[in-house]
Amino acid sequence: MVEKTFTVIDKTGIHARPATMLVKAAGQFGSEVNLEYKGKSVNLKSIMGIMALGIPSGAEIKVVTKGTDENEALESITETLVKQGLAR
Amino acid sequence: MRIENINGIGASAGIAIAKAYCLEEPEFKIEKKLIEDAESELKRFEGAVNQSKTELQKIKEHANRELGTDKADIFEAHLLVLSDPELLNSVKEKIENEGLNAEVAMKEVADMFVSMFESMENEYMKERAADIRDVTKRVIAHLLCVQVPNLSLVSEEVVIVAEDLTPSDTAQLNRKYVKGFTTNIGGRTSHSAIMARSMEIPAVVGAKVVTTEIENGALVIVDGIDGTVIANPSSEVLKKYEEKKTLFEVQKAEWAKLKNERTVSADGYHVELAANIGTPEDVKAVLGNGGEGVGLYRTEFLYMGRDQLPTEEEQFEAYRTVLESMEGKPVVVRTLDIGGDKELPYLDLPKEMNPFLGFRALRLCLEMPDLFRTQLRALLRASVYGNLKIMFPMVATLDEFREAKNILLEVKEQIKGTGSAVSDDIEIGIMVEIPSTAVAADLFAKEVDFFSIGTNDLIQYTMAADRMNERVSYLYQPYNPAILRLVKMVIDAAHKEGKWVGMCGEMAGDEVAIPILLGLGLDEFSMSATTILQARSQISKLSRVEMSNVLEQILNMKSAQEVEELIKRKFFDLISY
Repeated sequence: MVEKTFTVIDKTGIHARPATMLVKAAGQFGSEVNLEYKGKSVNLKSIMGIMALGIPSGAEIKVVTKGTDENEALESITETLVKQGLAR
Repeated sequence: MRIENINGIGASAGIAIAKAYCLEEPEFKIEKKLIEDAESELKRFEGAVNQSKTELQKIKEHANRELGTDKADIFEAHLLVLSDPELLNSVKEKIENEGLNAEVAMKEVADMFVSMFESMENEYMKERAADIRDVTKRVIAHLLCVQVPNLSLVSEEVVIVAEDLTPSDTAQLNRKYVKGFTTNIGGRTSHSAIMARSMEIPAVVGAKVVTTEIENGALVIVDGIDGTVIANPSSEVLKKYEEKKTLFEVQKAEWAKLKNERTVSADGYHVELAANIGTPEDVKAVLGNGGEGVGLYRTEFLYMGRDQLPTEEEQFEAYRTVLESMEGKPVVVRTLDIGGDKELPYLDLPKEMNPFLGFRALRLCLEMPDLFRTQLRALLRASVYGNLKIMFPMVATLDEFREAKNILLEVKEQIKGTGSAVSDDIEIGIMVEIPSTAVAADLFAKEVDFFSIGTNDLIQYTMAADRMNERVSYLYQPYNPAILRLVKMVIDAAHKEGKWVGMCGEMAGDEVAIPILLGLGLDEFSMSATTILQARSQISKLSRVEMSNVLEQILNMKSAQEVEELIKRKFFDLISY
């Protein structure tokens, strides 16, 4: 299991458009990919799970991956978050 | 077979004759059943999900082609909902463990997610509940073998009959097959009416009973000229309308010849006919209809239908595209006019008792300077690509105008400081839509470069009547002498200072108002692109001198009705239909 913590910097938080990109990124891997926010953990392959968290700007989030391709998965999610200016 | 003659509001000129396509919310009868063979039920569920995905993919591609990737993104999210493991697994569990039939399982899971999103405090999240309802309804419809109406799948010539058409409905319209439409609600300025004019299809809106009176598949005539809808016409009536349709098309062809002509009155006086646009794609229709400029570019569409503010680059690209494709013709860009009936959920603004009198347009921009500066930076950077004029909406006091102008000048200096080019010939003007500004137009005229009279709001604020409220809509009176006097004050005040005046409300393209406005000396008329040629033809037959001679009589009339009757009596034999 590997994990990484981020701070959301997108002004509007993680809404439909960024959530769509994250779900697509997570869906490419066999590993379990979870997102933790305020003690709640959701499946990052579920768009409704992510949206339901209602993550605002400035929030601390943790991405946890577990499985045979956990490193690649974490790297891909990190790239999506940073490249799209969603989090750092 | 019933024969009906239904009256509504002609929202887009022309005659459409085709079979009715009734856009109805499908009715679902979901019965709870206990199933024995879970495996075949799971297969049935997967089949319905896959069919729904295929449809959504088609809708997405259609939206992509017709409206751009921006509008298509929402369907990408819809597709992901149908691949969502949380959603799919919950349904599967209900089928396997509780022995529920697929439609009930789907409904229960959907309801759970919907109520979860609806209970969130954020307005934006609440709206996502509607997305989930929309997507899951499609799956349930397939399970029940009920057809979901899908406007992009229409493949024969039809007239759409609906309660109302939302932006997402119109996103799916196929212009090749949809010959016209009619709706129960709406007015000349509602979304569906504006869409009909820009798509150039005949439409009658606000027809109240079309969905209850017209049966699916019935032959329907939509007369967008007179605002009449006729279902199941007799052969004589049908013949009459076929002739009217031909006549209108001949007339349209005649107007088309005026495309590359200047707009000149019978006595040789030139005015400018410009168009109102909402997106860069609209420029094609402006040029195609011989527009001499863009009199109003509504930039709020860049901000709507998405979940975050557009970036400076996105805005810059849009403004540059419009300026470049207008090839040096004037383009009046209105800065963000949000609030009132146009909300941006992601700004999370509190609900107001009187949104039209509230925190909107320039008031909002001055309170949120970051948002305002981003737009101004994008505009100023684009200014070197054409003939840009910047216009502030909802100005009530001179101080507001000065503050906005100062911010603009500051941003301009900053850009120049970084070595980027900015045009030095940008005119800065205001919308005149608040009575206080119209009354004090002489004071404003000393400081602005131009006025553009926004009649839709000016009329509703002057008459204190909400134009969307059907019970008081009779007070929306463009020809009321009170309104005409205000317009005269504004034009006279501007001309005294050597400034020009345009008009960008619906009134500027209105055939009864045009002779009066010509007489009052209006310099620029900005309207739906599709009205330009008709207006050019009308103006070419009018004498401005003759018109200004009857002005005094008009301004002293007792009612809007008297004005309308006089104009029609005196000038309408000159208009050929």
